[in-house]
Amino acid sequence: MEELTWAQALANLSDLAPEIWQASLETGLMLGIGLTAAILLGGPLGVLLYLTQPGQLFAHRTVNGVLGWLVNLVRSFPFIILMVSLVPLTRVLVGSTIGPIAAAVPLSFAAIPYFARLVEQTLREIPRGVVEAAEAMGASPAQIIVKVLINEARAGLISSLTILTISFLSYSAVAGVVGGGGIGDLAIRYGYYRFQSEVMIAMVLLLVVIVQLIQFAGNRLAARLDKR
Amino acid sequence: MIHLKNVHKRFQKPEGGWFDAVRDTSLHIRAGEIFGLIGFSGAGKSTLLRLINLLERPDSGSVTVDGQQLTALSASALRRARQNIGMVFQQFNLMANRTVADNIAFPLEIAGWQQADIDARVAECLDIVGLADRAQHYPAQLSGGQKQRVGIARALAPRPHVILADEPTSALDPKTTQSILDCLQDINARFGVTVVIVTHEMHVIRSICHRAALLDAGEVVEILTVQDKQVSAQSALAKSLLEVA
Repeated sequence: MEELTWAQALANLSDLAPEIWQASLETGLMLGIGLTAAILLGGPLGVLLYLTQPGQLFAHRTVNGVLGWLVNLVRSFPFIILMVSLVPLTRVLVGSTIGPIAAAVPLSFAAIPYFARLVEQTLREIPRGVVEAAEAMGASPAQIIVKVLINEARAGLISSLTILTISFLSYSAVAGVVGGGGIGDLAIRYGYYRFQSEVMIAMVLLLVVIVQLIQFAGNRLAARLDKR
Repeated sequence: MIHLKNVHKRFQKPEGGWFDAVRDTSLHIRAGEIFGLIGFSGAGKSTLLRLINLLERPDSGSVTVDGQQLTALSASALRRARQNIGMVFQQFNLMANRTVADNIAFPLEIAGWQQADIDARVAECLDIVGLADRAQHYPAQLSGGQKQRVGIARALAPRPHVILADEPTSALDPKTTQSILDCLQDINARFGVTVVIVTHEMHVIRSICHRAALLDAGEVVEILTVQDKQVSAQSALAKSLLEVA
Protein backbone atom coordinates (compact mmCIF):
# COMPACT_ATOMS: atom_id res chain seq x y z
CA MET A 1 0.00 0.00 0.00
CA GLU A 2 1.23 3.51 -0.76
CA GLU A 3 2.22 5.86 1.99
CA LEU A 4 -0.64 8.33 2.58
CA THR A 5 0.40 11.93 3.17
CA TRP A 6 -1.63 14.37 5.25
CA ALA A 7 -2.18 16.49 2.18
CA GLN A 8 -3.48 13.55 0.20
CA ALA A 9 -5.80 12.47 3.04
CA LEU A 10 -7.28 15.93 3.36
CA ALA A 11 -7.70 16.21 -0.40
CA ASN A 12 -9.54 12.86 -0.44
CA LEU A 13 -11.82 13.99 2.35
CA SER A 14 -12.53 17.30 0.69
CA ASP A 15 -13.45 15.45 -2.52
CA LEU A 16 -15.89 13.46 -0.39
CA ALA A 17 -17.37 16.54 1.28
CA PRO A 18 -20.70 16.39 -0.61
CA GLU A 19 -21.08 12.72 0.29
CA ILE A 20 -20.20 13.38 3.92
CA TRP A 21 -22.82 16.11 4.02
CA GLN A 22 -25.36 13.78 2.40
CA ALA A 23 -24.50 11.01 4.88
CA SER A 24 -24.92 13.43 7.79
CA LEU A 25 -28.37 14.40 6.52
CA GLU A 26 -29.33 10.74 6.23
CA THR A 27 -28.18 10.06 9.76
CA GLY A 28 -30.15 13.10 10.92
CA LEU A 29 -33.23 11.85 9.12
CA MET A 30 -33.00 8.35 10.61
CA LEU A 31 -32.51 9.80 14.08
CA GLY A 32 -35.24 12.39 13.61
CA ILE A 33 -37.85 9.81 12.64
CA GLY A 34 -36.75 7.32 15.30
CA LEU A 35 -36.75 9.89 18.10
CA THR A 36 -40.09 11.36 17.03
CA ALA A 37 -41.64 7.91 17.13
CA ALA A 38 -40.00 7.30 20.51
CA ILE A 39 -41.43 10.51 21.97
CA LEU A 40 -44.91 10.22 20.45
CA LEU A 41 -45.43 6.50 21.10
CA GLY A 42 -42.77 5.50 23.62
CA GLY A 43 -43.52 8.48 25.87
CA PRO A 44 -47.19 7.64 26.43
CA LEU A 45 -46.28 3.96 26.74
CA GLY A 46 -43.80 4.86 29.48
CA VAL A 47 -46.42 6.94 31.29
CA LEU A 48 -48.84 4.02 31.07
CA LEU A 49 -46.19 1.59 32.37
CA TYR A 50 -45.69 3.91 35.34
CA LEU A 51 -49.35 4.59 36.06
CA THR A 52 -50.37 0.93 35.98
CA GLN A 53 -47.81 -0.02 38.63
CA PRO A 54 -49.17 -1.07 42.02
CA GLY A 55 -50.06 1.94 44.15
CA GLN A 56 -50.29 4.33 41.19
CA LEU A 57 -53.27 6.11 39.64
CA PHE A 58 -54.32 3.32 37.26
CA ALA A 59 -52.78 0.40 39.15
CA HIS A 60 -53.54 -2.72 37.11
CA ARG A 61 -51.45 -5.84 37.49
CA THR A 62 -52.43 -7.48 34.19
CA VAL A 63 -52.07 -4.42 31.97
CA ASN A 64 -48.76 -3.56 33.61
CA GLY A 65 -47.53 -7.14 33.24
CA VAL A 66 -48.48 -7.42 29.57
CA LEU A 67 -46.99 -4.02 28.65
CA GLY A 68 -43.80 -4.77 30.55
CA TRP A 69 -43.49 -8.12 28.85
CA LEU A 70 -43.96 -6.62 25.37
CA VAL A 71 -41.40 -3.92 26.07
CA ASN A 72 -38.89 -6.52 27.26
CA LEU A 73 -39.63 -8.71 24.25
CA VAL A 74 -38.76 -6.04 21.70
CA ARG A 75 -35.79 -4.92 23.75
CA SER A 76 -34.35 -8.45 23.88
CA PHE A 77 -33.78 -8.53 20.10
CA PRO A 78 -30.24 -7.70 19.04
CA PHE A 79 -30.77 -4.67 16.81
CA ILE A 80 -29.40 -6.27 13.66
CA ILE A 81 -31.84 -9.19 14.04
CA LEU A 82 -34.73 -6.82 14.70
CA MET A 83 -33.86 -5.02 11.46
CA VAL A 84 -33.86 -8.19 9.43
CA SER A 85 -37.07 -9.50 10.98
CA LEU A 86 -38.82 -6.23 10.28
CA VAL A 87 -37.94 -6.24 6.58
CA PRO A 88 -41.46 -7.36 5.52
CA LEU A 89 -43.10 -4.70 7.68
CA THR A 90 -40.72 -2.06 6.37
CA ARG A 91 -41.58 -3.02 2.80
CA VAL A 92 -45.29 -2.60 3.57
CA LEU A 93 -44.85 0.73 5.37
CA VAL A 94 -42.25 2.41 3.18
CA GLY A 95 -42.43 0.42 -0.08
CA SER A 96 -38.68 -0.19 0.01
CA THR A 97 -36.14 -1.72 2.34
CA ILE A 98 -33.20 0.55 1.58
CA GLY A 99 -32.57 4.19 2.33
CA PRO A 100 -32.76 6.16 5.56
CA ILE A 101 -36.56 6.18 5.73
CA ALA A 102 -36.69 2.39 5.49
CA ALA A 103 -33.98 2.12 8.14
CA ALA A 104 -36.01 4.42 10.37
CA VAL A 105 -38.70 1.72 10.71
CA PRO A 106 -36.64 -0.75 12.78
CA LEU A 107 -34.94 2.19 14.51
CA SER A 108 -38.35 3.49 15.64
CA PHE A 109 -39.40 0.00 16.61
CA ALA A 110 -36.39 -0.30 18.91
CA ALA A 111 -36.55 3.27 20.18
CA ILE A 112 -40.19 3.13 21.36
CA PRO A 113 -39.77 0.50 24.11
CA TYR A 114 -36.33 1.85 25.00
CA PHE A 115 -37.71 5.34 25.63
CA ALA A 116 -40.80 3.92 27.38
CA ARG A 117 -38.54 2.28 29.98
CA LEU A 118 -36.50 5.46 30.42
CA VAL A 119 -39.70 7.49 30.93
CA GLU A 120 -41.02 4.96 33.43
CA GLN A 121 -37.77 5.07 35.44
CA THR A 122 -37.72 8.87 35.40
CA LEU A 123 -41.31 9.20 36.60
CA ARG A 124 -40.58 6.86 39.51
CA GLU A 125 -38.40 9.53 41.05
CA ILE A 126 -41.32 11.90 41.61
CA PRO A 127 -42.39 11.69 45.27
CA ARG A 128 -45.75 9.94 45.58
CA GLY A 129 -46.92 12.69 47.93
CA VAL A 130 -46.76 15.32 45.19
CA VAL A 131 -49.13 13.31 43.01
CA GLU A 132 -51.31 12.68 46.03
CA ALA A 133 -51.50 16.42 46.76
CA ALA A 134 -52.76 16.99 43.21
CA GLU A 135 -55.35 14.24 43.68
CA ALA A 136 -56.48 15.84 46.92
CA MET A 137 -56.92 19.15 45.09
CA GLY A 138 -59.26 17.48 42.61
CA ALA A 139 -56.90 17.21 39.63
CA SER A 140 -58.03 14.87 36.86
CA PRO A 141 -55.72 12.10 35.64
CA ALA A 142 -54.93 14.12 32.49
CA GLN A 143 -54.03 17.17 34.58
CA ILE A 144 -51.88 15.04 36.86
CA ILE A 145 -50.00 13.55 33.89
CA VAL A 146 -49.34 16.86 32.13
CA LYS A 147 -49.11 19.38 34.96
CA VAL A 148 -47.53 17.22 37.63
CA LEU A 149 -45.75 14.12 36.30
CA ILE A 150 -44.25 15.48 33.10
CA ASN A 151 -43.50 18.90 34.53
CA GLU A 152 -41.86 17.54 37.66
CA ALA A 153 -39.85 14.98 35.68
CA ARG A 154 -38.91 17.34 32.84
CA ALA A 155 -35.17 17.49 33.59
CA GLY A 156 -34.97 13.71 33.89
CA LEU A 157 -36.94 13.30 30.68
CA ILE A 158 -34.47 15.51 28.82
CA SER A 159 -31.58 13.42 30.21
CA SER A 160 -33.38 10.27 29.07
CA LEU A 161 -33.85 11.73 25.62
CA THR A 162 -30.13 12.55 25.52
CA ILE A 163 -29.23 8.95 26.34
CA LEU A 164 -31.68 7.69 23.73
CA THR A 165 -30.31 10.02 21.04
CA ILE A 166 -26.73 8.94 21.59
CA SER A 167 -27.60 5.23 21.67
CA PHE A 168 -29.57 5.57 18.48
CA LEU A 169 -26.86 7.50 16.73
CA SER A 170 -24.85 4.34 17.05
CA TYR A 171 -27.81 2.10 16.10
CA SER A 172 -28.30 4.22 13.01
CA ALA A 173 -24.75 3.37 11.94
CA VAL A 174 -25.66 -0.31 12.10
CA ALA A 175 -28.82 0.41 10.13
CA GLY A 176 -26.72 2.22 7.56
CA VAL A 177 -24.65 -0.84 6.80
CA VAL A 178 -27.67 -2.80 5.63
CA GLY A 179 -28.74 -0.14 3.17
CA GLY A 180 -29.82 2.75 5.33
CA GLY A 181 -27.09 5.18 4.37
CA GLY A 182 -25.73 7.69 6.82
CA ILE A 183 -22.38 8.30 8.45
CA GLY A 184 -21.80 4.69 9.50
CA ASP A 185 -22.48 3.47 5.99
CA LEU A 186 -20.05 5.96 4.51
CA ALA A 187 -17.37 4.91 6.97
CA ILE A 188 -17.79 1.27 6.02
CA ARG A 189 -17.98 1.80 2.25
CA TYR A 190 -14.93 4.04 1.93
CA GLY A 191 -13.00 3.31 5.07
CA TYR A 192 -13.36 -0.46 5.15
CA TYR A 193 -14.23 -1.75 1.67
CA ARG A 194 -11.94 0.72 -0.15
CA PHE A 195 -9.21 0.79 2.49
CA GLN A 196 -9.48 4.60 2.85
CA SER A 197 -8.62 4.67 6.52
CA GLU A 198 -8.70 8.48 6.55
CA VAL A 199 -12.43 8.35 5.77
CA MET A 200 -13.04 5.89 8.58
CA ILE A 201 -11.09 8.03 11.03
CA ALA A 202 -12.83 11.22 9.89
CA MET A 203 -16.26 9.63 10.27
CA VAL A 204 -15.49 8.33 13.74
CA LEU A 205 -14.20 11.78 14.73
CA LEU A 206 -17.36 13.33 13.32
CA LEU A 207 -19.47 10.97 15.46
CA VAL A 208 -17.35 11.76 18.52
CA VAL A 209 -18.01 15.47 18.02
CA ILE A 210 -21.75 14.92 17.48
CA VAL A 211 -22.03 12.78 20.63
CA GLN A 212 -20.18 15.38 22.72
CA LEU A 213 -22.44 18.12 21.38
CA ILE A 214 -25.64 16.16 22.08
CA GLN A 215 -24.53 15.34 25.62
CA PHE A 216 -23.47 18.93 26.26
CA ALA A 217 -26.76 20.34 24.99
CA GLY A 218 -28.75 17.73 26.94
CA ASN A 219 -26.92 18.48 30.18
CA ARG A 220 -27.33 22.21 29.78
CA LEU A 221 -31.04 22.00 29.05
CA ALA A 222 -31.70 19.54 31.88
CA ALA A 223 -29.82 21.74 34.35
CA ARG A 224 -31.82 24.77 33.30
CA LEU A 225 -35.14 22.96 33.68
CA ASP A 226 -34.29 21.40 37.04
CA LYS A 227 -35.46 23.52 39.98
CA ARG A 228 -35.27 20.80 42.64
CA MET B 1 -69.92 20.05 58.42
CA ILE B 2 -68.07 16.73 58.34
CA HIS B 3 -69.94 13.54 59.17
CA LEU B 4 -68.17 10.21 59.23
CA LYS B 5 -70.64 7.42 59.72
CA ASN B 6 -69.43 3.95 60.68
CA VAL B 7 -66.36 4.21 58.48
CA HIS B 8 -64.09 1.20 58.38
CA LYS B 9 -60.77 0.91 56.59
CA ARG B 10 -58.48 -2.09 56.43
CA PHE B 11 -55.18 -2.56 54.61
CA GLN B 12 -53.55 -5.71 53.38
CA LYS B 13 -50.29 -6.28 55.19
CA PRO B 14 -47.21 -6.97 53.03
CA GLU B 15 -46.67 -10.27 54.83
CA GLY B 16 -50.33 -11.24 54.30
CA GLY B 17 -53.34 -10.80 56.53
CA TRP B 18 -55.23 -7.59 57.23
CA PHE B 19 -54.74 -4.55 59.39
CA ASP B 20 -57.79 -2.58 60.52
CA ALA B 21 -56.58 1.02 60.48
CA VAL B 22 -59.97 2.55 61.28
CA ARG B 23 -62.66 0.44 62.96
CA ASP B 24 -66.32 1.25 62.46
CA THR B 25 -65.87 4.86 63.53
CA SER B 26 -68.35 7.73 63.56
CA LEU B 27 -67.39 11.35 64.02
CA HIS B 28 -69.01 14.73 63.62
CA ILE B 29 -66.90 17.84 63.09
CA ARG B 30 -68.72 21.16 63.32
CA ALA B 31 -68.48 24.03 60.86
CA GLY B 32 -65.83 26.58 61.81
CA GLU B 33 -64.03 24.57 64.46
CA ILE B 34 -60.44 23.45 64.64
CA PHE B 35 -60.66 19.77 65.32
CA GLY B 36 -57.70 17.63 66.31
CA LEU B 37 -57.07 13.94 65.66
CA ILE B 38 -54.53 12.74 68.20
CA GLY B 39 -53.03 9.38 69.06
CA PHE B 40 -49.83 7.37 68.94
CA SER B 41 -48.29 6.09 65.70
CA GLY B 42 -50.54 3.53 64.07
CA ALA B 43 -53.63 4.69 65.95
CA GLY B 44 -55.33 5.42 62.63
CA LYS B 45 -55.41 9.21 62.80
CA SER B 46 -53.88 9.88 59.38
CA THR B 47 -56.06 7.26 57.78
CA LEU B 48 -59.13 8.80 59.37
CA LEU B 49 -58.13 12.21 57.99
CA ARG B 50 -57.57 10.78 54.51
CA LEU B 51 -61.01 9.20 54.66
CA ILE B 52 -62.53 12.68 54.84
CA ASN B 53 -61.49 13.61 51.29
CA LEU B 54 -61.52 9.98 50.15
CA LEU B 55 -57.78 9.79 49.50
CA GLU B 56 -58.57 6.50 51.20
CA ARG B 57 -61.95 5.07 50.35
CA PRO B 58 -63.66 3.42 53.32
CA ASP B 59 -64.52 -0.27 52.99
CA SER B 60 -67.85 0.52 54.62
CA GLY B 61 -69.64 3.52 56.04
CA SER B 62 -70.26 6.96 54.59
CA VAL B 63 -68.46 10.31 54.46
CA THR B 64 -70.42 13.55 54.19
CA VAL B 65 -68.74 16.94 53.85
CA ASP B 66 -70.66 20.20 53.49
CA GLY B 67 -73.91 18.31 53.02
CA GLN B 68 -72.50 16.25 50.15
CA GLN B 69 -72.12 12.52 50.60
CA LEU B 70 -68.69 12.00 49.05
CA THR B 71 -68.89 8.23 49.18
CA ALA B 72 -71.83 8.37 46.77
CA LEU B 73 -70.22 10.65 44.16
CA SER B 74 -68.90 9.79 40.72
CA ALA B 75 -65.20 10.28 40.07
CA SER B 76 -65.69 13.67 38.40
CA ALA B 77 -68.14 14.93 41.03
CA LEU B 78 -65.68 13.85 43.71
CA ARG B 79 -62.94 15.87 42.00
CA ARG B 80 -65.16 18.96 42.10
CA ALA B 81 -66.00 18.33 45.76
CA ARG B 82 -62.28 18.00 46.56
CA GLN B 83 -61.67 21.49 45.19
CA ASN B 84 -63.61 22.62 48.24
CA ILE B 85 -61.41 20.68 50.68
CA GLY B 86 -57.85 21.91 51.07
CA MET B 87 -55.08 19.65 52.32
CA VAL B 88 -51.75 20.37 54.01
CA PHE B 89 -49.09 17.66 54.33
CA GLN B 90 -46.28 16.83 56.71
CA GLN B 91 -43.77 16.70 53.84
CA PHE B 92 -45.34 19.78 52.16
CA ASN B 93 -45.63 17.99 48.81
CA LEU B 94 -44.95 21.10 46.77
CA MET B 95 -44.08 20.87 43.09
CA ALA B 96 -40.33 21.44 42.85
CA ASN B 97 -40.43 22.78 39.30
CA ARG B 98 -43.07 25.41 39.99
CA THR B 99 -42.44 28.71 41.69
CA VAL B 100 -44.16 29.54 44.96
CA ALA B 101 -46.77 31.57 43.09
CA ASP B 102 -47.37 28.78 40.56
CA ASN B 103 -47.72 26.21 43.33
CA ILE B 104 -50.47 28.30 44.89
CA ALA B 105 -52.02 28.84 41.47
CA PHE B 106 -52.20 25.10 40.80
CA PRO B 107 -55.56 24.31 42.47
CA LEU B 108 -57.05 27.37 40.75
CA GLU B 109 -55.81 26.25 37.32
CA ILE B 110 -57.41 22.90 38.00
CA ALA B 111 -60.68 24.53 38.96
CA GLY B 112 -60.62 26.46 35.67
CA TRP B 113 -60.17 30.01 37.00
CA GLN B 114 -59.36 32.91 34.66
CA GLN B 115 -55.69 33.95 34.70
CA ALA B 116 -56.42 37.44 36.07
CA ASP B 117 -58.45 35.99 38.95
CA ILE B 118 -55.70 33.47 39.64
CA ASP B 119 -53.04 36.20 39.83
CA ALA B 120 -55.14 38.28 42.20
CA ARG B 121 -56.01 35.35 44.46
CA VAL B 122 -52.39 34.10 44.56
CA ALA B 123 -51.20 37.55 45.64
CA GLU B 124 -53.88 37.60 48.32
CA CYS B 125 -52.91 34.17 49.67
CA LEU B 126 -49.20 35.05 49.63
CA ASP B 127 -50.06 38.05 51.80
CA ILE B 128 -52.11 35.96 54.20
CA VAL B 129 -49.18 33.60 54.87
CA GLY B 130 -46.63 36.42 54.79
CA LEU B 131 -44.60 35.28 51.78
CA ALA B 132 -45.33 38.04 49.25
CA ASP B 133 -41.59 38.56 48.72
CA ARG B 134 -41.01 34.90 47.85
CA ALA B 135 -43.51 34.59 44.99
CA GLN B 136 -40.92 33.86 42.30
CA HIS B 137 -38.74 31.56 44.41
CA TYR B 138 -38.71 27.81 43.94
CA PRO B 139 -39.50 25.50 46.89
CA ALA B 140 -35.87 24.34 47.07
CA GLN B 141 -34.92 27.91 48.00
CA LEU B 142 -37.25 28.01 51.03
CA SER B 143 -36.94 26.89 54.65
CA GLY B 144 -39.23 24.17 56.02
CA GLY B 145 -41.51 26.69 57.68
CA GLN B 146 -41.77 28.74 54.50
CA LYS B 147 -42.56 25.61 52.49
CA GLN B 148 -45.38 24.79 54.86
CA ARG B 149 -46.71 28.34 54.52
CA VAL B 150 -46.83 27.80 50.77
CA GLY B 151 -48.65 24.53 51.47
CA ILE B 152 -51.20 26.38 53.55
CA ALA B 153 -51.61 29.15 50.95
CA ARG B 154 -52.13 26.50 48.28
CA ALA B 155 -54.77 24.77 50.37
CA LEU B 156 -56.47 28.09 51.06
CA ALA B 157 -56.41 29.44 47.50
CA PRO B 158 -59.69 28.00 46.16
CA ARG B 159 -61.54 29.36 49.23
CA PRO B 160 -62.30 25.91 50.68
CA HIS B 161 -64.70 25.36 53.53
CA VAL B 162 -62.44 22.72 55.03
CA ILE B 163 -58.68 22.34 55.38
CA LEU B 164 -57.25 18.95 56.31
CA ALA B 165 -53.79 19.13 57.87
CA ASP B 166 -51.81 15.89 58.17
CA GLU B 167 -49.13 16.44 60.85
CA PRO B 168 -48.35 19.86 59.36
CA THR B 169 -45.70 20.67 61.97
CA SER B 170 -44.02 17.30 62.53
CA ALA B 171 -41.15 18.11 60.15
CA LEU B 172 -40.52 21.52 61.74
CA ASP B 173 -38.62 22.85 64.75
CA PRO B 174 -40.59 24.08 67.81
CA LYS B 175 -40.43 27.78 66.95
CA THR B 176 -41.53 27.27 63.37
CA THR B 177 -44.21 24.88 64.63
CA GLN B 178 -45.78 27.65 66.66
CA SER B 179 -45.81 30.08 63.75
CA ILE B 180 -47.47 27.51 61.48
CA LEU B 181 -50.09 26.76 64.16
CA ASP B 182 -50.73 30.49 64.53
CA CYS B 183 -51.13 30.74 60.77
CA LEU B 184 -53.76 27.97 60.75
CA GLN B 185 -55.55 29.53 63.68
CA ASP B 186 -55.54 32.91 61.96
CA ILE B 187 -57.08 31.43 58.82
CA ASN B 188 -59.74 29.67 60.89
CA ALA B 189 -60.61 32.87 62.74
CA ARG B 190 -60.59 35.18 59.73
CA PHE B 191 -62.29 33.04 57.12
CA GLY B 192 -64.24 30.56 59.22
CA VAL B 193 -62.53 27.61 57.53
CA THR B 194 -63.06 24.35 59.37
CA VAL B 195 -59.64 22.85 60.13
CA VAL B 196 -59.01 19.19 60.89
CA ILE B 197 -55.48 18.60 62.14
CA VAL B 198 -53.68 15.32 62.78
CA THR B 199 -50.98 15.35 65.42
CA HIS B 200 -49.26 13.18 67.99
CA GLU B 201 -48.52 16.17 70.23
CA MET B 202 -50.92 17.31 72.93
CA HIS B 203 -49.26 20.71 72.61
CA VAL B 204 -50.86 21.20 69.18
CA ILE B 205 -54.29 20.32 70.55
CA ARG B 206 -53.92 22.65 73.50
CA SER B 207 -52.57 25.47 71.40
CA ILE B 208 -55.18 25.77 68.63
CA CYS B 209 -57.92 23.10 68.76
CA HIS B 210 -61.46 23.55 69.99
CA ARG B 211 -62.04 19.84 70.25
CA ALA B 212 -60.13 16.69 69.42
CA ALA B 213 -60.71 12.99 68.98
CA LEU B 214 -58.31 10.71 70.80
CA LEU B 215 -57.69 7.60 68.74
CA ASP B 216 -56.31 4.22 69.68
CA ALA B 217 -56.15 1.08 67.56
CA GLY B 218 -58.46 2.58 64.94
CA GLU B 219 -61.18 3.68 67.34
CA VAL B 220 -62.18 6.96 68.95
CA VAL B 221 -61.46 6.58 72.65
CA GLU B 222 -62.65 9.99 73.74
CA ILE B 223 -63.65 13.42 72.43
CA LEU B 224 -61.49 15.99 74.20
CA THR B 225 -62.60 19.56 74.64
CA VAL B 226 -60.23 22.47 75.04
CA GLN B 227 -61.07 25.57 77.02
CA ASP B 228 -58.58 28.34 77.73
CA LYS B 229 -55.73 26.07 76.61
CA GLN B 230 -56.82 23.44 79.13
CA VAL B 231 -57.67 19.99 77.84
CA SER B 232 -60.32 18.16 79.81
CA ALA B 233 -59.97 14.40 79.57
CA GLN B 234 -61.38 11.31 81.25
CA SER B 235 -59.62 8.30 79.74
CA ALA B 236 -56.36 6.93 81.07
CA LEU B 237 -54.80 7.19 77.60
CA ALA B 238 -55.62 10.90 77.37
CA LYS B 239 -54.19 11.52 80.79
CA SER B 240 -50.97 9.72 79.89
CA LEU B 241 -50.65 11.87 76.76
CA LEU B 242 -51.25 14.99 78.82
CA GLU B 243 -48.50 13.99 81.18
CA VAL B 244 -45.99 13.54 78.36
CA ALA B 245 -46.80 16.95 76.98
